[in-house]
Amino acid sequence: MGEIHLTGHPASPGLAIGPVAVLTRAVVNRAAKDDPAQEAAALKAAIEGAAVELAELIATVHGEAAEILEFQVAMLGDDALAESAYEAVAAGATADDAWRAALDAEIAGYRAAEEEYFRARAADLVDIRDRVLAGLNGAAPIAKISGDSVVMGDDISPSTFLAVDWTRGGAIALAAGSPSSHVAMLARARGAPMVVGLGPLPWNGQPPSIALVDGDTGTVIFDPKPETRRLFEHRMAVANAAQIAADAGRLKPAVTADGRRIAVLLNVAAPEELASLDPAICDGIGLVRTEFLFEGSRGLPGEDAQYAVYRRILDWSAGRPVTIRTLDAGGDKPIAGLTIDSERNPFLGLRGIRLSLARPEVFRVQLRALCRAAVHGTLKVMLPMIAIPAELDRANAMLDAEFAALSAEGIACARPLLGIMVEVPAAALCAEDFGAAFYSIGSNDLTQYTMAAARDIGAVADLNDAGHPAVQALIARTVEAGRKRGVEVSLCGDAAADTRLTKALLATGLTTLSVSPIAVARLKATIARVTT
Amino acid sequence: MHDANANRAAQTFALLTASAVLVNPVGLHARPSVKLTQCAKGFAAKIEIALAADGPWTDAKSPVKVMRVKAPQGATLHFRIAGPDGEAALAAMLALVHDGFGEA
Repeated sequence: MGEIHLTGHPASPGLAIGPVAVLTRAVVNRAAKDDPAQEAAALKAAIEGAAVELAELIATVHGEAAEILEFQVAMLGDDALAESAYEAVAAGATADDAWRAALDAEIAGYRAAEEEYFRARAADLVDIRDRVLAGLNGAAPIAKISGDSVVMGDDISPSTFLAVDWTRGGAIALAAGSPSSHVAMLARARGAPMVVGLGPLPWNGQPPSIALVDGDTGTVIFDPKPETRRLFEHRMAVANAAQIAADAGRLKPAVTADGRRIAVLLNVAAPEELASLDPAICDGIGLVRTEFLFEGSRGLPGEDAQYAVYRRILDWSAGRPVTIRTLDAGGDKPIAGLTIDSERNPFLGLRGIRLSLARPEVFRVQLRALCRAAVHGTLKVMLPMIAIPAELDRANAMLDAEFAALSAEGIACARPLLGIMVEVPAAALCAEDFGAAFYSIGSNDLTQYTMAAARDIGAVADLNDAGHPAVQALIARTVEAGRKRGVEVSLCGDAAADTRLTKALLATGLTTLSVSPIAVARLKATIARVTT
Repeated sequence: MHDANANRAAQTFALLTASAVLVNPVGLHARPSVKLTQCAKGFAAKIEIALAADGPWTDAKSPVKVMRVKAPQGATLHFRIAGPDGEAALAAMLALVHDGFGEA
């Protein structure tokens, strides 16, 4: 069989090569005893065995990882968890059926929770359930995975992830999974490359023996030809050397080889991400996504709750500019009670600023919270999905009104600068016509709307290329409009972190790039090699 | 078994009640639940929590049951405590909540 290329979504950056270890579900069926007492004893032994395994695992990890496992141990040690299972066993159910039913009911309760945080804990309960089931079935709880393996499967549980020593260079390639899962977060923290959403794995029976994982682009190559493997190993060696050099330069300002200072800003999805970061690694925050405030909470967040979060971010940045994007709901980011479910093509529907203007009572709350936060630092506000100047004008008028109302009430506030995201080709082509205080190019949507190709549709993913001359021309045109109007232009999409594009982006005249925290070191190192 | 003992204790000791607002960022989630139950287990008193002053009441020594409460940030957590070391238990519980379970 020749080499197989699969494309998914990058979940944790980096390159890895290793033998394939396929996660298999325990399929061995245990021989259930007819005796309820024996079944109850088997269940008890499996629960206790699972707790012992987890306790052994805890000894090998620390910090957040240990806390996840301590929670699982506490749950396993609580008789309330298995109460209904023991009742079912006494009534004649087999131990595995009873345990599965009890845990599935518990898991359903978590999945139905209003708070995203509690919903996310369902994965921990699934983990507990499967570990005990594996114990009941007498199966080894976890397929033996050596630390240099490429672990493959539909999805991977946190405890399975934590059982592997990732310092030895392994990686993860999943058919399903999500870049925002608990495991993806852990993988990024451990530096284990991870690709998710590869889709059905295209072999029957015998899996491939070797895999090359590219966590930067979200691609995996199975059973590579010798030449493919040699090129990949060369890339890995270069990347390793570059990472060592880059980490050393993370705290230094970004300067091109010919001495041009480039501002490197951070993209932030939730303020928790900032806790462990030194603000000195960046020149400010180029994008705060505010959707997280609206997800999974009880209804829409109030003014005070939003203000508290915005203020926390401004406090962290210690005077560096912070750009907060107003709610960008709709498209692939539905929000219960706010976005429209029945749109045939939500990417071309009521999303971003369009939705905010259609729901002024929601938008006003956010604008008020932003005005109040603006007294605590250098705050800029940007509007997503702007297509025509009238949208910016209406938002400006609303911002003026809320600022005036707060001032009249004697509440401390300031009017932040209001800019636009350039992500609709119409806005890029006519950028000069907008009275925006700044432009921030959203390269993800700009690319998808320019190329008419979504990046999460595998069949057209090749077309979704931010490096295409058409996309680059729109970026250059926006930079030129900013230069003529004397306002700042930045770029905050994934293209900013794609170091293959850095030279081209800087050649358009861009001087400000905004990337996720993990990409900062590599971007700064790349900038240092660019001559403009 | 455990509940039966606590009930017996409840008959002979005054019922103590108090409430506190959850200030830590994501409410009574996994880590705080574990801390709360571990602290509660250190006392002989029967300790219960609820989201409303009139219940329903949940055994504060069971992490499974405490997690089922799904108490979000900003919620008011009510305590109902009875037992020989009830005063000390109440003080410890309130300190834990006020301190944001060490997360705030």
